[in-house]
Amino acid sequence: MKAIVWQGTNSVGVETVPDPTLLLPTDAIVRVTSTAICGSDLHLLDGVIPSMEKGDILGHEFMGEVVEVGRDVRKLKVGDRVVVPFNIACGACDPCRRGLFSACDNSNPNHRMAEALYGGVSGGGLFGYSHMYGGYAGGQAQYVRVPFADVGPYRIESDLRDEQVLFLTDIFPTGYQAAENCGIVPGRDVVAVFGAGPVGQFAARSAQMLGAANVIVIDRVPERLAMAAAAGCQVINYEQEDVLIALREATGGRGPDHVIDAVGMEAHGHGPGALVDTAKQRLKLSFDRITALRWALLSCAKGGTVSLPGVYGGLIDKVPMGAAFAKGLTFKMGQTHTHRHIGPLLSRIEAGEIDPSFVITHRASLDQAPDLYRTFRDKHDGCVKVVLNPWA
Amino acid sequence: MSADRPTTNPTDPAALPDAAPEADLTETGTAHLPTLERSVMGSVGVALMGAGLRSARPFQKLVLGGVGAGLTAMAATGRNPIAAALKIRQTGQGEVLVRDAVTVGKPADVLYGVWRDLAGLPRLMTHLQSVEVLDDTRSRWTVRAPTGTVSWDAQITADEPGRRLAWASLPGAAIENHGEVVFREAPGDRGTEVVVRLAYRPPGGTVGAVAARLFGEEPAQQLRDDLMRFKREQELGFAPTTEGQSSGRAAHGGQA
Repeated sequence: MKAIVWQGTNSVGVETVPDPTLLLPTDAIVRVTSTAICGSDLHLLDGVIPSMEKGDILGHEFMGEVVEVGRDVRKLKVGDRVVVPFNIACGACDPCRRGLFSACDNSNPNHRMAEALYGGVSGGGLFGYSHMYGGYAGGQAQYVRVPFADVGPYRIESDLRDEQVLFLTDIFPTGYQAAENCGIVPGRDVVAVFGAGPVGQFAARSAQMLGAANVIVIDRVPERLAMAAAAGCQVINYEQEDVLIALREATGGRGPDHVIDAVGMEAHGHGPGALVDTAKQRLKLSFDRITALRWALLSCAKGGTVSLPGVYGGLIDKVPMGAAFAKGLTFKMGQTHTHRHIGPLLSRIEAGEIDPSFVITHRASLDQAPDLYRTFRDKHDGCVKVVLNPWA
Repeated sequence: MSADRPTTNPTDPAALPDAAPEADLTETGTAHLPTLERSVMGSVGVALMGAGLRSARPFQKLVLGGVGAGLTAMAATGRNPIAAALKIRQTGQGEVLVRDAVTVGKPADVLYGVWRDLAGLPRLMTHLQSVEVLDDTRSRWTVRAPTGTVSWDAQITADEPGRRLAWASLPGAAIENHGEVVFREAPGDRGTEVVVRLAYRPPGGTVGAVAARLFGEEPAQQLRDDLMRFKREQELGFAPTTEGQSSGRAAHGGQA
């Protein structure tokens, strides 16, 4: 089959690889009908996520049709049309039973690696996202092996198009969870979203759905800001305005009640802080560049929530912790518990509250994916979100 | 040993005929060198420093002198800083202590039962080659080691069904060791906390323990892996894997 393969830092390619097979009786094989490139795939392209190996198949946002199931699979049948959460959960451990699917105790076979870095605990496995997260082959391919087939895949029974449901696999629940984590008081709270990439777009629209009085979106890419403005968000281009002053003005000097950092570890930012971050990341002294996080802490209103859907990988410093303490902020963060959001969010799509396909700017075949990885990374050609058809 | 822990099976003391008094499993710090190791290190260190000073070649002088001075310092202070840096912990008797815990979503008596079936343990612990049950309390353990296999006889020193199992190696063991597994109810409906503490005298003292750590034959990591394997076997009935999945590895000089 054809698959997108990580070939090293800043190098992905289309290769012919063996078709996946069932490895355990609880596995299923899915024929991928649509898959997407995620902003967090760019961290893999840039080589800032450790433990990638040459030959790894990428991709964690995918959907398709079940073509084979293992003998212990009960709920899923051949022929089912499914969306598959990007994180892999066992469904049986204590975190899974509490709905904390991304914190699954059991689904990461390489728990050693994450335990060494993260204080003796590992999160669950992820599709196509480094060996630290399990080393599972990803879904930017014609077929994919799906472990724990009775736990993850969610059956789509309505006639919604792929493009309307594909993002239930990651970016829609991720943006939604970021907004939900803010505990928005409807009609009262103002929410600021740093980063108007796909997750930021869904965080902003989710904040609106949850009743935010106003949503302010901060980015530097005009097309992304236009997309947010089209949804009724107020927008700030941080290359044109002093973002902290602009946010104070927009909120009568209080600051946003809640701030969502939908940027994470590869913030561009500017000023001396950003230069220091970049230098340290290049020298491998640090994983993360944290301009967006600094702005989030500094801008947030007293008693507010700083919600982090953006991915951070390692140790950070020069964090304005004094500001966070002085204002009594709450931090909420972590990988999305995708499984628990798919059903409710699918209902919102079916009810016409949101059509997630608004975020798509580029459609392509697998063969075009390597070029589009670069287009997406460089934010060229108005690129916000790329959807791939593995059979085109 | 804490006071609330009986040393023998309270319901059937006769089941443990000649159980030795239980040795301490309390952690007391890092890498205090036993007397024998200190004196050997001291002699070797002084000899190396002497050889270094006599050497005509400056590089040799530096290396021999440096290593010699390091060993002498370790002997003098009674501490192995490399072991300390590698977080090798000890009991009051100078044994290496390894401890870890995992929460498993099953009742304590079920988990105790799995553990009490000693002959079945090698299925859960990959570095164990076999456990041969000799009688009610005695068993013969064979583990894989860098040099082949190592065997010793052990005896159960405490057996509290559903709560705790303790064991000690019998005199003459190649690797003297003792330890316990405690099963206690986790708060809420989370199942059972399984706590393992084991102490052993590594061949070669703290130096041997450091070497084992550096070569990846590491009891702390093995225990962690075994506990996770045990949890997964109990909660899922299998271990998740990516072994044999498709990849582009063949094109990049590896297996597909």
